[in-house]
Amino acid sequence: MKGIIGKKIGMTSIFAADGKQTACTIIEAGPCVVTQVKTNDTDGYAALQLAFGDKKEKHATKAELNHFSKANTAAKKFVKEFRDYSIEKALGETITVDIFEEGDKVEVVGTTKGKGFQGVVKRHGFSGVGEGSHGQHDRQRAPGSIGGSSYPSRVFKGMRMAGQMGNDRVKMKGLKVVKIFPEKNYILVSGSVPGHNGSIVLIQK
Amino acid sequence: MNAAVQFVQEQLTAKKEVPAFKAGDNITVNYKIIEGGKERIQSFRGDVIKKQGTGATATFTVRKISDGIGVERLFPIFSPNIDSIVLNKVGKVRRAKLYYLRERSGKSARIKEKRV
Repeated sequence: MKGIIGKKIGMTSIFAADGKQTACTIIEAGPCVVTQVKTNDTDGYAALQLAFGDKKEKHATKAELNHFSKANTAAKKFVKEFRDYSIEKALGETITVDIFEEGDKVEVVGTTKGKGFQGVVKRHGFSGVGEGSHGQHDRQRAPGSIGGSSYPSRVFKGMRMAGQMGNDRVKMKGLKVVKIFPEKNYILVSGSVPGHNGSIVLIQK
Repeated sequence: MNAAVQFVQEQLTAKKEVPAFKAGDNITVNYKIIEGGKERIQSFRGDVIKKQGTGATATFTVRKISDGIGVERLFPIFSPNIDSIVLNKVGKVRRAKLYYLRERSGKSARIKEKRV
């Protein structure tokens, strides 16, 4: 596996020569610093710890500062671990968007936009009651029955109900790398990625 | 618009000369159609009822009456399949989105021409 931490910038669309329009997401990815190399011998599993995004020294704890100083780098905002990294990297080395090529199929992991506590119509696509008259009153968007009284006389597990919607960790698979701008650290992937603009996403392959 | 989005659009969107037009104008869109390996140009003439979006993703909608039936077509401004756009008439309208034309037909669906 190889991967990088990035920030979602926004969306645009590009045209192919035959006029086909593709929606793309722009992600500002890296440069990431390797802040720890985990190996089977010392940690029980192999992984690379990457850090992305500078923060002021006064906002970092002493523990963080000491940890980052081992990699000879400034304090960073986001730290993520990637298991079984396929590229050999030593402590303190940087990873840029160059690890990907145009045409690669990648996965993008992010946190979806939070929608708060939502009812079943928005959250699960229920159709609601559907009519305003014939005894219906104050229940236009109600879920209806959630189970029988005599049998099964309980509510089945996993019954779709109202609750928190969004703010979930979601992985989008099979997104194509459309274009890379190494000098600006931008990477364009086809389609949409989870989260609002400015949110942190992981691009991995 | 975000500076990064603008940078990417400048890099990836081909420059294009289009005449300035707005909602209410009557235009002809010459559109390339590729059929069986051959390319020909089809023209679509009608009134612009909406312009939408910014930068490389901007689109416009053209409405015409074809054999008594209203037909609307949406074009991305920067589509490479648009051969050319010709401005026929400048219309005199009071709003930016002319959705009210959909409920009208005949004489009341006409747009007054602006004398330039």
